[in-house]
Amino acid sequence: MKTTGRVNGIISNIVIVKADGPVGQNEICHVYVGDTKMMAEVIKVVGDDAYVQVFDSTRGLKIGDKVEFEGHMLEATLAPGMLSKNYDGLQNDLEKMNGLFIERGSLTDPIDYESTWEFTPLAKAGDKVAAASWLGEVKEQWINHKIMVPFAMKGNYTVKSVAKAGTYKVTDTIAVVTDAEGVDHNITMVQKWPVKQAIRAYTEKPRPSRIMETGVRAIDTFNPLAEGGTGFIPGPFGAGKTVLQHAISKQAEAEVIIIVACGERANEVVEIFKEFPELVDPRTGHKLMERTIIICNTSNMPVAAREASVYTGMTIGEYYRAMGLKVLVMADSTSRWAQALREMSNRLEELPGQDAFPMDLSAIISNFYARAGLVKLTNGETGSVTFLGTVSPAGGNLKEPVTESTKKAARCFYALSQGRADSKRYPAIDPLDSYSKYLEYPEVREYLDEHIEKDWVDAVYEGKTFVQRGKEANDQINILGDDGVPVEYHERFWKSELLDFVILQQDAFDDIDANCPIERQKMMYKMVLDICHKDFTFTDFEQCSQFFKGLINLFRQMNYAEWQSDKFEQYKQQIEQYVSEKSK
Amino acid sequence: MTTRAFQKIYTKIDNITKATVTLRAEGVGNDELATVGGKLAQVVKIMGQNVTLQVFAGTEGIATNSEVIFHGEPPKLKVSDNLAGRFFNAYGEPLEGGEAVEGEPREIGGPTVNPFKRLQPSELIATGIAGIDLNNTLVTGQKIPFFADPDQPYNAVMANVALRAKADKIILGGMGLTNDDFLYFKSVFENAGALDRIVSFVNTTENPPVERLLVPDMALTAAEYFAVDKGEKVLVLLTDMTLYADALAIVSNRMDQIPSKDSMPGSLYSDLAKIYEKAVQLPNGGSITIIAVTTLSGGDITHAIPDNTGYITEGQFFLRNDSDTGKVIVDPFRSLSRLKQLVIGKKTREDHPQVMNACVRLYADAANAKTKLENGFDLSDYDERTLKFARDYSRKLLAIDVNIEITEMLNTAWELFSKYFTKEEVAIKAELIEKYWKA
Repeated sequence: MKTTGRVNGIISNIVIVKADGPVGQNEICHVYVGDTKMMAEVIKVVGDDAYVQVFDSTRGLKIGDKVEFEGHMLEATLAPGMLSKNYDGLQNDLEKMNGLFIERGSLTDPIDYESTWEFTPLAKAGDKVAAASWLGEVKEQWINHKIMVPFAMKGNYTVKSVAKAGTYKVTDTIAVVTDAEGVDHNITMVQKWPVKQAIRAYTEKPRPSRIMETGVRAIDTFNPLAEGGTGFIPGPFGAGKTVLQHAISKQAEAEVIIIVACGERANEVVEIFKEFPELVDPRTGHKLMERTIIICNTSNMPVAAREASVYTGMTIGEYYRAMGLKVLVMADSTSRWAQALREMSNRLEELPGQDAFPMDLSAIISNFYARAGLVKLTNGETGSVTFLGTVSPAGGNLKEPVTESTKKAARCFYALSQGRADSKRYPAIDPLDSYSKYLEYPEVREYLDEHIEKDWVDAVYEGKTFVQRGKEANDQINILGDDGVPVEYHERFWKSELLDFVILQQDAFDDIDANCPIERQKMMYKMVLDICHKDFTFTDFEQCSQFFKGLINLFRQMNYAEWQSDKFEQYKQQIEQYVSEKSK
Repeated sequence: MTTRAFQKIYTKIDNITKATVTLRAEGVGNDELATVGGKLAQVVKIMGQNVTLQVFAGTEGIATNSEVIFHGEPPKLKVSDNLAGRFFNAYGEPLEGGEAVEGEPREIGGPTVNPFKRLQPSELIATGIAGIDLNNTLVTGQKIPFFADPDQPYNAVMANVALRAKADKIILGGMGLTNDDFLYFKSVFENAGALDRIVSFVNTTENPPVERLLVPDMALTAAEYFAVDKGEKVLVLLTDMTLYADALAIVSNRMDQIPSKDSMPGSLYSDLAKIYEKAVQLPNGGSITIIAVTTLSGGDITHAIPDNTGYITEGQFFLRNDSDTGKVIVDPFRSLSRLKQLVIGKKTREDHPQVMNACVRLYADAANAKTKLENGFDLSDYDERTLKFARDYSRKLLAIDVNIEITEMLNTAWELFSKYFTKEEVAIKAELIEKYWKA
């Protein structure tokens, strides 16, 4: 028997329900306004009163209206057919909705129950299996989508039978497994999982040791993101957060990409809807949309579902990770999620923390970031979820609670600076404030030694020092005047400008420069670093700035030229010539 | 509001605060309207039998035995083509008498357009102002505010933009407009002979502040009627959103909510987004474009209102008084239209993006030269030329009283380039220089 209840209080989207039976924290219920059924989640229980947050507008709701509790938490439906779908925060398929407007209570299936899949068995009768063991696979786009023992099944099982290779619907039984008590369980391609709980179907979670290439020089070269790592991008509005995220989502070396548009502009999502089905992933030759899932709760969609959207995205990510895939989950922006938490906490009249955010904000954020990671699966394979979130700090001030809490949880920090954005130095990732903790990992160091070059990390730190020294020199020049400092100061400053213009800045709108593979990054970086090591003879500061301006121009042309094309080589020679004329 | 037979009248109010009343009532829906002592009110909270109503006009004069009549429905606007040419108050009642508009009643603040059904904005809106058309092009379906100090002529600029933009309908949502500004808008629209394209919802400073919370929803409901039902291009003007946010703060304060940054309610972002996200390009060709005004205090854009707005809108315009020419200009440095990439060089002449960037870069060089001058350094020949260029650029292009077509703006820019600079200094792609350079 389901617990039912009656509405007994309404404050905006918080509804107080008098329940006639047991109610669980975070349990899902449906609130009825006339015939329309709206989804809601229990967020507090006081005696018989369940406080529920409704994922929809409560307009017209009355005292005494009917509520039904569902006996489970908010769940994601996991099955083949999720790739290239566009979901709302509660995993309703937006494409299946009729009408221009999203009417209240629009619930659509996240997967196509009628679709059929070519199934190939991987397990056989007699195999010992447990949650997340692979029983078979189907081809979803070009990915081998594993059909697993549902994560929710505890304990050990023995496979009784597996379906033969052939075409099946997602709801067909593809395997029967027997538990220790001898009870048989039918397994289909569909399973459900509560989104707020991490899927822990793995044997261990080693430290990340590989780099996830993004094609963005300021990230890959200077502050690399590890595969299975976490990072975040805080920045004031107009600093280019979304452009950077879009660039990464197009170029990142991941097999599945999940984009969570959380409380942001609808037109930005429309851009993805329009571009991704057309753009081709250079690594696989397939359309970008084929590896992408979009979860979209734009700023005008129900606030409560905004919180759910990031969890839904992460859960789907973990599901694909359990198949041994490289998954990248991106959320733009986690601040909107935190604000949704604030609105709820406020309506529940909880005592507020800093800036009226809930006291446990920091814990919620670190729990969420902890779900990312590289994992070793039960069958020895590895899979990973890399998470990258943006933060929209109020007033661009990085000392606000969401940025500070995230800083404690994420390992990479890509601070977008207003100053760089104002002077059109894009991507506006601040080279001195930003960091990647992964550079300190011996595993990562080893990986880079092997995959890029011996002592690569030292070279990266060296570059950072050049930038730092250039900034110091520039401060001196600004105080003492161009003539008030030795020419070496100018040289130092211009070397940092060279690094800035050639390596750190990148044109996201240019077809070639937008995506810079690691091999090319290595070559460019080494070239620039070599020049930084050279000593030059300049008679005065004007000659120095002239020289570097010319050099920067040549390098930029090189960045725009196709990799190893004639033009590229020409510029390279020109640069070598240009430099040798001036160096000591 | 006439009393209907089945309506129950309550005459016992338990609590009265400055903005709310609480009474015991049954069968009341959330968000429903009611009349309290003859004043319009809306249900904001229900706890068992206790219903709390927000009285828009304030609770002055309401007694514990005042009549409370529930209407059984949320605020609605009657929509039809007859809205055009009319002025309404925040409740959608005609101002200065006149007959009420008949039409289909629609709930205000309705549901969201499914993002999957939206189209990417792609049509340019020409305003004749180079600071907008040339540097920060406006696109249908865009939402963009003017960030302005209270002493700047933002309402005049907005009225100008509205009249020059080739929109099928212009919908004015005035919040806390001074009576003078209201009359100004009215006379400008009348003089331009554009009244039949205009619908206005106005809350002046003489009206209670809480009333203005209805204005954007009223204006956007009318906009959705014309855009969705009629496939028209609708331009919505909202002035001043800072006063709207202030009214939100008043209400949340009266309801004992904990304020967040700058005493604003924690839900400010969602509240503003609900309004601005109504801007849309529809598949039927209709569109809603929102131009708003957010007044700043002392130019501070880190205040919660402009800050949250900036995260929601697709760019912002800044006005500035240019001391060199004595003109008001749209600041080329701080203004930004995020959607301009979708149209410039595509819907306009091919040289548009490059010319725009070159102008702004040279103008920035002029600003540097000016700083040099102020610090007592000598100016180079190049510096002198940038300064002369900046004066012309500001006078012939940026000034908001200039009204020319985009192609003419581009031609003017090329004239200025060749007058003051060499081809190398302008640094535009060689093919374009060859084609457009004015020898």
